[in-house]
Amino acid sequence: MQAGKWLGLVVVLTIILGCQLGGNRDYAASTGAGNVTYAGGVAADNNRLTLGGNSRFVAGPPPNDRVIVVQDGALIQDAVRAASPGTTIRVMPGIYRETVYIDKDGIRLIGVIEQGERPTLDGGGKLNDAILYSGNNVVVENFKITRYKGNGIMSQAGNNWEIRNNLIVDTGVYGIFPQLGTNGVVEHNVISGIEDAAIYVGMSDNIHVAFNDVFDSVAGIEIENSRHAIVESNRVYNNTGGILAFITPGLPIKTTYDVIIRNNFIVANNHPNFAAPGSTVAGVPAGTGILIMAADDVVVEGNIIRDNKNAGIIIVDHANAVNVMADPESDPNSDRVKILDNMMWNNGTQPIAEIKALMLSELKVGNPDIVRIGPSKDSCIINRHRYVTVGLKDFGECQITNTHGIANYLLANVPPRTIAPGERGEVAYLGICSGCHTYTGRMIGPPVQVIQALYRDNPQGLADYIAAPTKKRTDYPEMPPQDYLDAATRLAVAQYMLEVTE
Amino acid sequence: MRRAALGWIFAGLSLGWAHMVNGAELVLRENCPPSFEKTQSGQCRLRTFYEFYESVQGAGLGGTRTTLPHHRDGFSPQQIDLGRYLFFDPILSADRSLACASCHQPALGFSDGLRRSVGMGSAPLRRAAPTLWNVAFLKKFFWDAHASSLEEQMLGPLYSSREMGNAPQKVLADLNGIPTYRALFGQAFPGRDGQRIALSEVYTALAAFQSSLISLNSRYDRYVHGDQDALTSEEIEGLNIFRSFVARCAECHTPPLFTNQQIAVIGAPEPEGLPLDIGAEKTFDTPKLRAGFKVPTLRNITRTAPYMHSGLFDDLRAVTAFYNGGRGHAVPEGVDLHLHWHISSPELTDDELDRLVDFMDTLTDESLVPDVPEQLPSGLMPVINEDRTIPVKKGGDVSCKQENGLV
Repeated sequence: MQAGKWLGLVVVLTIILGCQLGGNRDYAASTGAGNVTYAGGVAADNNRLTLGGNSRFVAGPPPNDRVIVVQDGALIQDAVRAASPGTTIRVMPGIYRETVYIDKDGIRLIGVIEQGERPTLDGGGKLNDAILYSGNNVVVENFKITRYKGNGIMSQAGNNWEIRNNLIVDTGVYGIFPQLGTNGVVEHNVISGIEDAAIYVGMSDNIHVAFNDVFDSVAGIEIENSRHAIVESNRVYNNTGGILAFITPGLPIKTTYDVIIRNNFIVANNHPNFAAPGSTVAGVPAGTGILIMAADDVVVEGNIIRDNKNAGIIIVDHANAVNVMADPESDPNSDRVKILDNMMWNNGTQPIAEIKALMLSELKVGNPDIVRIGPSKDSCIINRHRYVTVGLKDFGECQITNTHGIANYLLANVPPRTIAPGERGEVAYLGICSGCHTYTGRMIGPPVQVIQALYRDNPQGLADYIAAPTKKRTDYPEMPPQDYLDAATRLAVAQYMLEVTE
Repeated sequence: MRRAALGWIFAGLSLGWAHMVNGAELVLRENCPPSFEKTQSGQCRLRTFYEFYESVQGAGLGGTRTTLPHHRDGFSPQQIDLGRYLFFDPILSADRSLACASCHQPALGFSDGLRRSVGMGSAPLRRAAPTLWNVAFLKKFFWDAHASSLEEQMLGPLYSSREMGNAPQKVLADLNGIPTYRALFGQAFPGRDGQRIALSEVYTALAAFQSSLISLNSRYDRYVHGDQDALTSEEIEGLNIFRSFVARCAECHTPPLFTNQQIAVIGAPEPEGLPLDIGAEKTFDTPKLRAGFKVPTLRNITRTAPYMHSGLFDDLRAVTAFYNGGRGHAVPEGVDLHLHWHISSPELTDDELDRLVDFMDTLTDESLVPDVPEQLPSGLMPVINEDRTIPVKKGGDVSCKQENGLV
């Protein structure tokens, strides 16, 4: 019975093939509605985006000319510790065995390359991460990073960052992992041998990933739970999966949209998957050029996608993906995907069984370039006749044909919040002082009324005391110094404290 | 004569306003708690240095200088203070034996020091009492995230037969039967129709008080705001392990609140003799979240031992050892869990685990712990620091059915 069914299918296939081969067909190239250029992702966000801009220097010029030079044999962290915001730290060639962390703003960590020798951060297979930062306007350039257990370069928050010209070899989970930041550039890095993604942008906005060379990793470049990202002109080869645009469910920021993947070389990403069990990328089938999971408004244009043995492009929803958790707050479908012209060749020579089954169900033959599994509302493609596709029947014709109008999605600079000194004083009083002082009563420190009597016309004296308290009262514990507040804030809080009336 | 009459009237009025309990007058506070600014409209608004920072999508998640998640505030000083009385008052339980503070004791990090809490008549409950510090920032409540507001959450313990065992009508009757409470509710909710206390006012006052439990002045916070020397070198080492991608603690316990408020299936063991707690599988009706629980905040975590939903670990060192023990090592045989992708096998050294514990201690700040009322409008004794420890049966037959309201 089963055999009979298959036989019938083959007969039908033969008939369809016969029709197609025998037909006299021609296809005009798609022009959209008059060669319309993409206007950028979600229009509501456009007024923040400098679509025509060219600058990839989002951290701004160094705000001052302070420079600290780190010589071979010294610790980079000592320089970071000594650096005030805005300092450039130049690191000379040599071997540095440390984890460098930057919890300050405006630090530029620049390797000096001499005759091809660059400063090398070597984790010796023991240290966790090479460079961690959480400050704003941080730049990391010109390092070689190798043998760390965790990540090469990792951020948590921090806006306006640039990670450039680094060589990252055989380093743990992610090569470059900016997370929870806005307005960043990852460019001209060479990264290989990473057990998850060579470049992984997580939960971030306004991102530019360009001119990187990523290979021999599980994933080449991953844009996850992020918005307004461009991935362009990268060379992505011999990874398990090339370029990924994902919504990973279970993360606290729930969306990915407005991602442009263009002009990349996405070649022979057929490496066996060596990801840690349970990781999301452990479910990526080897031989996948581009994988779009649940992300919306992804534009794929101008890439050379060849020799990826599973498929050139796969669009999938959460329901059909493996290794993802349940999250009712995540929209599981990839909607409004736009596949513009791409050069695709020799993909899908050994597709996984699920794709083979889909091909069969649509009576498709050949090697699949583009595969869609699960719902994908309002998605489109141009010049579809050029590719072997499966699951694209309800994709419409795109009304745009290119993204030429969008140079990048970077912002001029995310400015720090401007805070009037008076407001700073008030918040310092409420947020810090009021933990130990009340207006009239005894708490950990003496009442504010008593302090007011002491410093009535002398806010500067109180500000000075705050910075360097001395023990004044035997019946109260000594106050910890508040010198981490800058001088203006200390004076503002002193003035505020002397004026409160309740 | 006329003066005397007026004097009598004033005396009467002031008697009407003065609510005597054990001979002392109870008037609700007119000032906001520390760290709150009183706005011109008389509401308390939280002010912290974190409001000077940004975060991606306004989510309040990130690294050091990242703004906090959206929070509840805007209650009046009187509502907050009324909530304080209610919080400590056992009048809210059916047999007048338990207050909110029974399981959420200020001296124990607003938890109770028990592996799993106990309800009325020492009824054993299924899960450990979570801290209330910084609860104003939470979007989901209970370990299994089945409530979406403080007001919804408190219905659980108030009306669960195993916890406070009360009923809405009895709460109303009891409170309305106490003149001092009627007067205090009048102060907290001025301009309302009628003299009777409404249930919504009880819930609002309790939510107001709980929203005032703020802990954002730890040594870690001082480091964030710019004090490089606020942490020791061991603690900074711990911070770097905490946020490293080997340990990955910060991926779920994300600053500045040290929770990302998501559900995670981590495969923590259940106490001997107790069946697997399916947790969020029930809430969201999906097996993928079987044994999933809400990521708890780590602020004041040193104060809330024992740890995990079932209180199985006595100290933080044991917790770090669990995470270091290998992905799924404690999952019972035959149980199929969809473990979180960040549950890995980090192979941290013993020293590194010690440093993680060092770091977690920097998140301790109890400077804004509220005063326990000296007396209550009900005339009952405020519930404080009560030792409610009951012997835990080893491998016994403690049967705990799951029901709404269990913490």
